[in-house]
Amino acid sequence: MAPYLLRRVLAVIPVMAVVVTIVFLLIHLIPGDPVSVMLGPDATPAQIQGTRQALGLDRPLYEQLLAFYARVLRGDLGHSYFLDRPVTRALAERAEPTIVLMLSALLVAVVIGVPSGIVAAAHRGSPWDRGLMLVSLLGVCVPGFWLSLNFIYFFAVRLRWLPAAGYASVLTDPVGALTYMVLPAVSLGFNQSALIARISRSCMLEVLQQDYIRTARAKGLSPRVVTYVHGFRNALVPVVAVIGITTAILIGGAVVTEIVFNIPGLGRLIISAILRRDYPVVQGVVLVTAAAYVFINLVVDVLYAFIDPRIRYD
Amino acid sequence: MTEAARPTWLRRLARNPSVIVGAAVLLVFVLAAFLADAVSTHNPTRLVPGNRLTPPSAQNYLGTDEFGRDVYSLVIHGSRVSLLVGVTTMLLTSLGGVAVGLVAGYNRRLDTIVMRLMDGLMAFPAILLAIALMAARGPGVWNVIMALSIVYMPRTAILIRSTVLSIRELDYIQAARALGRRDLAIAVRHILPNCVGPLLVQGSFIFAYAILAEAILGFLGVGVPPYVPSWGNVIASGKNVIREAFWVSLFPGAALTLAGLSLNLLGDGLRDVLDPRLRVQ
Repeated sequence: MAPYLLRRVLAVIPVMAVVVTIVFLLIHLIPGDPVSVMLGPDATPAQIQGTRQALGLDRPLYEQLLAFYARVLRGDLGHSYFLDRPVTRALAERAEPTIVLMLSALLVAVVIGVPSGIVAAAHRGSPWDRGLMLVSLLGVCVPGFWLSLNFIYFFAVRLRWLPAAGYASVLTDPVGALTYMVLPAVSLGFNQSALIARISRSCMLEVLQQDYIRTARAKGLSPRVVTYVHGFRNALVPVVAVIGITTAILIGGAVVTEIVFNIPGLGRLIISAILRRDYPVVQGVVLVTAAAYVFINLVVDVLYAFIDPRIRYD
Repeated sequence: MTEAARPTWLRRLARNPSVIVGAAVLLVFVLAAFLADAVSTHNPTRLVPGNRLTPPSAQNYLGTDEFGRDVYSLVIHGSRVSLLVGVTTMLLTSLGGVAVGLVAGYNRRLDTIVMRLMDGLMAFPAILLAIALMAARGPGVWNVIMALSIVYMPRTAILIRSTVLSIRELDYIQAARALGRRDLAIAVRHILPNCVGPLLVQGSFIFAYAILAEAILGFLGVGVPPYVPSWGNVIASGKNVIREAFWVSLFPGAALTLAGLSLNLLGDGLRDVLDPRLRVQ
């Protein structure tokens, strides 16, 4: 296990190096002079020169890149002029809603997805199976942000069951947090539940065709025990990997869902930063979400190797 | 692929229900895009403040938005942007993916470098990388296409690379090499044809992702400029008036869902016919 772990952790280094380089290059993709774009048309040449020096944009590209690496390694993501605080602090202040939204959506996706897939596989070809797979095909194709708007119209505007938008912290107002979080979590998690259902179903079908399942049946065990005890445990292995991928996809989806429901998380932070041309914040959000994505994938790989010993020996 | 084999897979494609339904729905969107001026009932960019937020009626089949624009005509014209972005992104990711994948699969030294770069690009949540690229380049159809092509190209590159790696050790490639064929000739004549199936399947899924991502970027206000009729832009304007007028966001979103569904069906069907190994049971 140890060599596998070490190899897997070391593999993160080149990936993160590329990620940091791409984030660094973003500012150089701005057409024209990035500093004039950032400061707007009213900036004096002296201000432009000052900011250019402060950002180090007057130095050669490789020097800027090395300086950027050094800063990132020190945990310094720059300063937001607009918010007048370090980017890391702005990120920390906005991280909670995004994390809560992601985790709630993940819960929704798993709670709906895994049982649907297992039931569909256990009753392969039945109307249940067909119905669930049809819904899941739709679920994969329905855009989450559009589903959110329809949910708002139906559950908040028409039925008035839930608030249309807003956010309350779990720490200060748990009941409020729950009512605010239901619609965003369901609309964000629904797409992914469809994906998880499809994968769970196909993993389960594969496992149910194996010899040991036939043996268990031949022993006279009830079909229920065979499916849900013998089959389910092994089908779960690839499903864990899919749940990892799902978590990563949810980071991107959360950004969009936050805009629909006015949730003050990282998504709203990056969109408002774009409108204000606050590029250090844009870079910060992208870098942190990519790092989170890489980290989640690492955790999933390690978990996967832990559950399925075959992986470690590859 | 021999000449004799060709009709069989074409016939199997034509018999696959997913392919038929997917292609038929897609054809409707293609026709709508090409004939947009003829089939739309109003000028989609004309503002009629006196006619704002009227529900669906005989004059405005799908109602009007907050500026009095006809939603039906907006949806019809919006399919142009969606299909343009989808098709172009699909072509660019295929071209880029084939080039990168062939190089990586064929050249051991470049392989490591190129694949680290692809891993790095794939380490970003797709939509966030697209948002970041749009933040730098600014709104515009061409910028959307470039951003989405950069975001989705690595998937195709990795697919092509793995296809190349699995084929290059086969006997017939060894035979071609023994006959003195050059690497480039082997890659183009013997390896590339085997990539066509996976590429078509992947292409239809990337087409679907690109249409969805374009709408998301438009919805967030960082895609095509707001005055251009696109599904994402119309849904965004519908968000502001969701309390009074559900139809503004409902119909462009339904078009988006249907387009995504048709491409997913097409992709599933193509995969079943062209690449049965990839089939999910």
